[in-house]
Amino acid sequence: MRIRHDRERCVGSGACAFTLPDIFDQDEDDGRVLVLVERPGEERRKAIEDVAASCPVFALTIEND
Amino acid sequence: MTAEVTTAPVEAPPAFPLSRSRCPLSPPPEYARLREEQSVSRVTLRVSGKQVWVVTQHEQVRQVLGSPDMSSNWKLPGYPLQVPLPPEVLESLELPLVAMDPPDHTVRRRALIPELTARRMQALRPRIQEVTDEHITAMLAKGGPVDLIQELAVPVPSLVFCDLIGVAPDNVGFFRHYAEQMVNRDISPEEMGAAQYEMEMHLQGLVAQKTETPGDDVLSRVIIKNKVTQELEHNDIVALARMLLFGGFDTTANIIGLGTVALLQNPEQLAQVKADPSLMPRAIEELLRYLSISDSATARVATKDVEIGGVLIRAGEGIIALNGSANRDDRFFANPDELDIHRDAKGHLAFGHGNHQCPGANLVRVELDCVFSTLFRRIPELRLAAPVEELEFKHDQLIYGLYSLPVTW
Ligand code: HEM
Ligand code: SF4
Repeated sequence: MRIRHDRERCVGSGACAFTLPDIFDQDEDDGRVLVLVERPGEERRKAIEDVAASCPVFALTIEND
Repeated sequence: MTAEVTTAPVEAPPAFPLSRSRCPLSPPPEYARLREEQSVSRVTLRVSGKQVWVVTQHEQVRQVLGSPDMSSNWKLPGYPLQVPLPPEVLESLELPLVAMDPPDHTVRRRALIPELTARRMQALRPRIQEVTDEHITAMLAKGGPVDLIQELAVPVPSLVFCDLIGVAPDNVGFFRHYAEQMVNRDISPEEMGAAQYEMEMHLQGLVAQKTETPGDDVLSRVIIKNKVTQELEHNDIVALARMLLFGGFDTTANIIGLGTVALLQNPEQLAQVKADPSLMPRAIEELLRYLSISDSATARVATKDVEIGGVLIRAGEGIIALNGSANRDDRFFANPDELDIHRDAKGHLAFGHGNHQCPGANLVRVELDCVFSTLFRRIPELRLAAPVEELEFKHDQLIYGLYSLPVTW
């Protein structure tokens, strides 16, 4: 599993970083999303899917390897 | 054969805001009818007599707020202003972030949001906890009944706001007064103008002082960063400070008050969160959805002809994308009129949607978590000291809430 993010779309709401701070953070310069762990373990799938679904601009997607 | 001609009855569009007759914690009952029968329809603004559109379904509200053909610019003639700003004041007003369009909006928003990230807001938790504890200790010492709005709901976010902009807590009264004036639908345009002017002077001074001697606060960090990037003028930074005041002050206080009532009115669900504080984040999201305190703040003016829900909206026409109505749309949420702290309320639009989506959301989440968790832990017997029907709800305000909330224990 791999997390893809679209920095151009991201509006910096931080919903992802608030919910899963060990996986997402926000850029110090523009507030946009940073993916800290690009390939998290399979056991996090549900949580990450939930976060991706809650992104207001659908900037996060999950790819399967 | 003659075709049967039906002409729609000529009725003046209903006055907006619509009234909340049925239940003070629910949006106007008329929203439900509109969503089913006429999801995009005209209303007449009480404040100006102007006709504008309201959009009521979840999907349509997202469409409006996500559209590049919608402007937030208060100065465009068709914009549905909901406060009585006199034309000369409006003309000279430095528009806040929320009223800007790209690319001006983009540059300023990017200067602000790195200072309001989830991580930074979590870092404020100890301070928010401290302020919350102090005020609850004071409430307990006083003994019930007390007014929860004055004792807790207003002081906590106001002191947090002072921290954000780096002013001493004893300035808090000045800001509180201004915030109250700004959301008042009943004050005269002159009074509104005078309050604006006084605050403008205050913030000008504050930004000058922070430029001279920056501290460790959101405003100072924006200033320090800008010394390098040079993207913003002095006045832009004043406008950002005003925006934080405008957006972050009254809103949080209102949701603390209303959220407390909503939880007390649902004792079984309250008992569950008390027993298991890990339920709190979901409960908070649900309260934000259910209460939708800034239902009509998500307003726009079309810059091109657009079609929404099969209705043609012309360039120049105003639109209020009712997030409170979207949040009760059963196309998106099952049993939307029920408060259910176990539901997954993600996708609610109480913070708006798209490029203006509230950057204060994560601060609100931390504040509500501290306040509700601590309040019900330290005062488990908390109850209303007056029947709900007698509470003073802010029916005349842009941001919904309570003027006072008598509680006891
Ligand atoms: C429960 C509390 C709050 C609610 C319901 C709320 C709601 C909203 C909504 C609906 C918008 C979007 C308006 C639009 O699309 O035109 C917005 C924008 C904004 N809010 Fe909040 N807000 C809350 C608290 C806060 C706090 C605590 C802050 C400050 C720390 C804040 C700062 C802002 C700012 C700066 C904007 C403008 C963003 C932009 O235009 O890009 N808000 N808020
Ligand atoms: S939730 Fe979406 S918009 Fe918000 S910071 Fe994460 S990626 Fe960006």
